Amino acid sequence: MSKFNPSDRAQLSARMDKIPDHLYMQCPYCHAVYYHAELTRFGECPHCGYGMRLRAQERLAMVADDFEQRDGDLTLTPAVTDGAYQQKLNRAVASAGLHESVWTGLAHIGGYAVALGVMDTHFMMGSLGRVAGEKLSRLFALATDRRLPVVLYTASGGARMQEGLFSLMQMAKVAQAVADHARAGLLYVVVLTDPTTGGVTASFAMEADITLAEPHALVGFTGRRVIEQTLHVDPPQDFQRAETLLRNGFVDAIVARSDQKTYLVDLLRIHREPEVAHE
Amino acid sequence: MNSAYDVVRQARSQDKVSTPWLIAQLLTHFHELHGDQAQGDDPAIIGGVGLLVGQPVTVIATNKGQTLAESQACHFGCATPAGYRKAIRLMQQAAKFGRPVLNLINTPGAFLGVDAEYQGQGQAIAQCIMTGVSLPVPMVSVIVGEAGSGGALALACGDRTWMFAQSTYSVLSPEGYASILWRDGQRAAEAAEHMRLTPPEILADGIVDRVIPEVTDVPGAQQLGAELAATFTTLGELPTQQLLAARHERYRNFGVDGLQE
Repeated sequence: MSKFNPSDRAQLSARMDKIPDHLYMQCPYCHAVYYHAELTRFGECPHCGYGMRLRAQERLAMVADDFEQRDGDLTLTPAVTDGAYQQKLNRAVASAGLHESVWTGLAHIGGYAVALGVMDTHFMMGSLGRVAGEKLSRLFALATDRRLPVVLYTASGGARMQEGLFSLMQMAKVAQAVADHARAGLLYVVVLTDPTTGGVTASFAMEADITLAEPHALVGFTGRRVIEQTLHVDPPQDFQRAETLLRNGFVDAIVARSDQKTYLVDLLRIHREPEVAHE
Repeated sequence: MNSAYDVVRQARSQDKVSTPWLIAQLLTHFHELHGDQAQGDDPAIIGGVGLLVGQPVTVIATNKGQTLAESQACHFGCATPAGYRKAIRLMQQAAKFGRPVLNLINTPGAFLGVDAEYQGQGQAIAQCIMTGVSLPVPMVSVIVGEAGSGGALALACGDRTWMFAQSTYSVLSPEGYASILWRDGQRAAEAAEHMRLTPPEILADGIVDRVIPEVTDVPGAQQLGAELAATFTTLGELPTQQLLAARHERYRNFGVDGLQE
């Protein structure tokens, strides 16, 4: 083979097939291309620090010492799901390996007992429906009962449209469980991760005592495309990113994944209950 | 027979009574209180104090505006963060003075815009919901026309929600639903049939407590005023703990019928 005898299309394609996929990745935020091994062990872009969307299990492994799942088998009754929605749910269960868009349970973080919730966008974009609303309400109720702090990682496209008004009502339902927990004088820390939008932003994502966010996480109420199409404007690139929310006063701090556990442990230490301290 | 989309059209109709007119009929000695005391005064939310059949009440209403200029200033009834923060302020003021809160709702949803995002639209609605569910005084919401999405829910988190006969309550507009689920905004009428957004369907689903006759004239408004006053009296007789416990049950149970372990 020489430059006078270039490889034909089939030979090129055969050679391409020998290169494994996903060796090079592109950051969805800064668009830099990097070798896969450059991704930090916390799944962050080596150039801008954007955190890739994680599965709930990966998130738990990063933050929790241990995790005892609650209400993992809670599902909708067949009576309330029509054919198309049930099929979509079945596909989501099969592909995400989860039964719902949020995992809830009891955990320890740096030795401190917490009630922990982790949302997962791999299950129907982390949308909020009856099951997720019930699981989160029970999580806050359990935490209130046992006088535990709540740590919640949000990641959601918002209300689950297939469940209509019931989905909207979950915003009020979870908010009430948050309010009970707050009235008991207990700590609620939220970590906003990419993306946190719609009905989740307009409820429990914005009701914590301390609101943390991951670098460059998209956090907003109305989706960018809806604003563009309705108002025919082109918002600045970063108008719903964590850094903008910090500047506008809606986020307490932006914390990289590598620092999150230490940060949370400090907050748990500062807010620990006196009787626990005497044990 | 009316189709679901007919109800949507009636809920959006220009001929429907306006919330300022309703306030004028329901309350005497009404005084509007302006502003969120942080950023500005959103005309899409009217708030104030007055007497309802002699009882002091706080009223909070979304406003679509009567003239084109008014409607534009009100974003056709879509409240901004300043509007929800005004609502929160007035709810807290009502709690301080132990008077009930009446919310009148006719909004397609919260205002969407770049500035609204910068000012924390999601945070403002979230805090309004949280204020509502834990408010230590009776709160009744009446859906007069459209009640769309979180922007409507923010004002419907009290002890009772009633709907006019020609009104709708939905997670988003039928146009938005069709465009999200079927990628075709033209199929709004079909979406409306699907969404269970008409008063009888929502009542059957246990999300609202009553469907009330459409108010079109002064006697109708007086009848509504009398029923609201009676409801506030009944709710007001409950000790605060009991009021909050009942409200707790109300929200705790939304949607549990459809769940299994």
